[in-house]
Amino acid sequence: MRFPFKTGYDHDLGLFRDPVQRRWYAALLVGTLILPALVPDYVGDISLVFIYGLCGLSLMVLAGYTGLVSLGHAAFLGIGAYAHVYFVQDLGLPWVAGVLLAALITAGAGTLVGLPALRMTGVYLTIATLAFALIIQEVFTRWDTVTHGLKGRPVDKPVIFGISFANDLAFYFLCLAVLIAGLWLTANLLRAPTGRAWVAIRDSEIAAQSMGVHLARYKTLAFAYSAALMGAAGALFAHKIGFLAPDIFSVLLSIQFLLMVVVGGLGSLHGALYGAVFVAMLPVLISQARDQVPQWAGQAVGVFGKDAGSAAFLALDRFVKQPGLEPGIFGLILVLFILFEPLGIYGRWRKVQLYFSTFPLYKRATFRRQKTYMRSERLR
Amino acid sequence: MSLFAAQDLAVNFGGIRAVDGVSFEVEAGQVFTIIGPNGAGKTTIFNLISRIYDPSQGRLLLRGEEITGVPPHEIARRGIARTFQNIELFEHATVLQNLLLGRHAHARPHFASELLFLPGVRVRERANREAVEKVIDFLDLQAHRDSLVVNLPYGVRKVVEMGRALCTEPVLLLLDEPSSGLSVEETEDMAFWIQDIRTLLGITVLMVEHDMSLVGAVSDRVLALNYGRAVACGTCEEVQAHPDVIKAYLGG
Amino acid sequence: MLGAFVCYMLVVGHGMSYWPAFAIAVVAVGLFGAALDATILRRVIGQPQFAVVMLTIGLGAIFRSFASITWGSEIYTLPTPFSAKTTRLGGVTVSHEYVAIIVGTLVLCALLYAFFSYSRVGVAMQAASQNQLAAYYMGIPVKRMFSLIWAISAGVAAIAGVLLAPVSLIDTNLGFIGLKAFAAAVLGGFGSIPGALVGGVTIGLIELFSGAYLPLGVKDVAAYIVLLLVLAIRPQGMFGTVGRKKV
Repeated sequence: MRFPFKTGYDHDLGLFRDPVQRRWYAALLVGTLILPALVPDYVGDISLVFIYGLCGLSLMVLAGYTGLVSLGHAAFLGIGAYAHVYFVQDLGLPWVAGVLLAALITAGAGTLVGLPALRMTGVYLTIATLAFALIIQEVFTRWDTVTHGLKGRPVDKPVIFGISFANDLAFYFLCLAVLIAGLWLTANLLRAPTGRAWVAIRDSEIAAQSMGVHLARYKTLAFAYSAALMGAAGALFAHKIGFLAPDIFSVLLSIQFLLMVVVGGLGSLHGALYGAVFVAMLPVLISQARDQVPQWAGQAVGVFGKDAGSAAFLALDRFVKQPGLEPGIFGLILVLFILFEPLGIYGRWRKVQLYFSTFPLYKRATFRRQKTYMRSERLR
Repeated sequence: MSLFAAQDLAVNFGGIRAVDGVSFEVEAGQVFTIIGPNGAGKTTIFNLISRIYDPSQGRLLLRGEEITGVPPHEIARRGIARTFQNIELFEHATVLQNLLLGRHAHARPHFASELLFLPGVRVRERANREAVEKVIDFLDLQAHRDSLVVNLPYGVRKVVEMGRALCTEPVLLLLDEPSSGLSVEETEDMAFWIQDIRTLLGITVLMVEHDMSLVGAVSDRVLALNYGRAVACGTCEEVQAHPDVIKAYLGG
Repeated sequence: MLGAFVCYMLVVGHGMSYWPAFAIAVVAVGLFGAALDATILRRVIGQPQFAVVMLTIGLGAIFRSFASITWGSEIYTLPTPFSAKTTRLGGVTVSHEYVAIIVGTLVLCALLYAFFSYSRVGVAMQAASQNQLAAYYMGIPVKRMFSLIWAISAGVAAIAGVLLAPVSLIDTNLGFIGLKAFAAAVLGGFGSIPGALVGGVTIGLIELFSGAYLPLGVKDVAAYIVLLLVLAIRPQGMFGTVGRKKV
């Protein structure tokens, strides 16, 4: 067990708990800086992980810290992406201005969605955000002058202050820089009164009100900030995928973001990043499994005879090649995590940490959540 | 002029008149207790004062100013803090974070400077922490400072809730059944704290209570309610001897 | 969606006639709902609301995936006794399919209302929904009640699917009409069944007029815009009530 020795109030105000933690994070930073040298083939995929990390951060602020679950965050991503591309390619604004304006516009959209959010809680808010996402998707399809509708529009590589970021390595560092900036800003907010007010709203709205927290202002702020982060991520996302079309920003993408936040661990910044790694790596894993699993099954069943083996291979091959399988797998993972590991990957990591630091006194019930059986309690 | 006055307060829930024409005045520096059988409307009066409910009629006056129309989040800034009957703490935060939230009442929002964590924010946060530490010393919560509320026993949670209300630096503290669920020793501690709050901190206390020994030990004035109506008001002995009060509690 | 698919499978695949296939589809989906509750949803009783929300989102994705694997992603039509039959009603030609939907909805609403208000099981369900611990103490078998609630809910959804199938064509996204239904419920007001009906009719009219007078594309999302407007301005809708925690 480690007992931190605190010598002043600033100790608790800082971002890191103690010098040891600071050194670990510095090592992590160095690691991400030299990663492109170690795995040069995957630089593009890791850039996507960083972008997803920013998205996860955005949803984590809203769902994990303020308790407002949103199924429409893909719409914000789309607004940010389209706005940025319009400003930079159609209006010719500088890249940084394009990103900032995109974030601002998305924040405005977030405020709009926040208005019904003030009146509804829980599942009803989620459904309202879903409705918003469907409206925005329709707007993307119809607003031809800005979005080029269903035809889609290609996106050029970013050019910042005259320097082209076309190659993968430069883009990797760009995404890393934006992610670190987003993390720093969010961590600042969370250790300040605003972050405390958000957590208060999540845990008990009525008590928060009685302590002077202006509910409407802080909920709207949560929506706006979350949307702004999503807008910035949208700008980078547009450059990464190179081609924008309305059906990219679908409900399925929103569900993936939700999966990211739940799997990573609600209520922590680490969770957003673990979830981002998981969700970005998942399609890669699925496509590899699609090739490998039928082969393994064929070999395993082939023990009983060649015909049975090839029959198993063909059946499984046909099954996994179905296009509709991916959403099903996402749904399955979401369900399994909620049933068996509601605290997510970060929660599991905390449990492992606690197990080793309090060995042999670890108790499994330490992390058991309070169950509320009254409907009025859950209504809040 | 009294610190707080409720004039002819009434509220309807559908067809039920939960509070019916209740008037009382609380002088500064007093401990004023509201007693009554269950369902008499005591917590409803607290909810009216905290502006969680809107009264159907009547006025609320704090230091002569009318607060009947004030929105709920403004009440803390005016100087009224409350605790809740079923503890409404923030379960998955530490005691320190719960208490720090009490400082929100007098804070001005500074989104931009908080985003960049400018030195001004740091100075304000240090000031908040110092104020919270004074409350922690007052209530002997040092041992639980960094514990998650969800891991604390019920008695400690009640103290934390009171501490959170004290952190808002109120002029009027509303305590909703402070001794419910506490053991005998904890109730005695609570009595000492209420007296200290009145004499050392100079805060007026308005409380709802069932435990008559606690009521007798700390109250200056007592108001008895039954079915939403005021039945008797006076010192503790006067109210306890009043025939209507005895009828309300014991029947017939 | 599942109800519509099962009915289609029975009618077209196995050549059963409409009414028995309807009944079997509804019962089968109802049983499936009860089984789902018994195995999966029971474990999340008492957890915060978003856990249940996300669980159902995940399950929805799994079902859609399962449906697209089993039945492919083409669109099917369901032949019914009402297809292609019409009546003239005071100068307006009404298709029997639509009449069937209206009649079915009214009958179903009346049955459900009577069930929940007057039958013992219905009242017990309302009790279990409001305070599970107290319901246990009163001798209500809460777990079985919840399975029954899920069975009824799944069955009603299946009926809606089968009724909708001839009009809307069966494909895996049939369930998304539930979102428009939610808009209707919110407009009419939660806790009020006549409100939901009025809300539904209103939304239908709004869609019709926005298709005629407003720019292209608004018709599809008119229901959602109404939903957001209602939530922003008057969340209890036309006839509803809003619940709140008692402190």
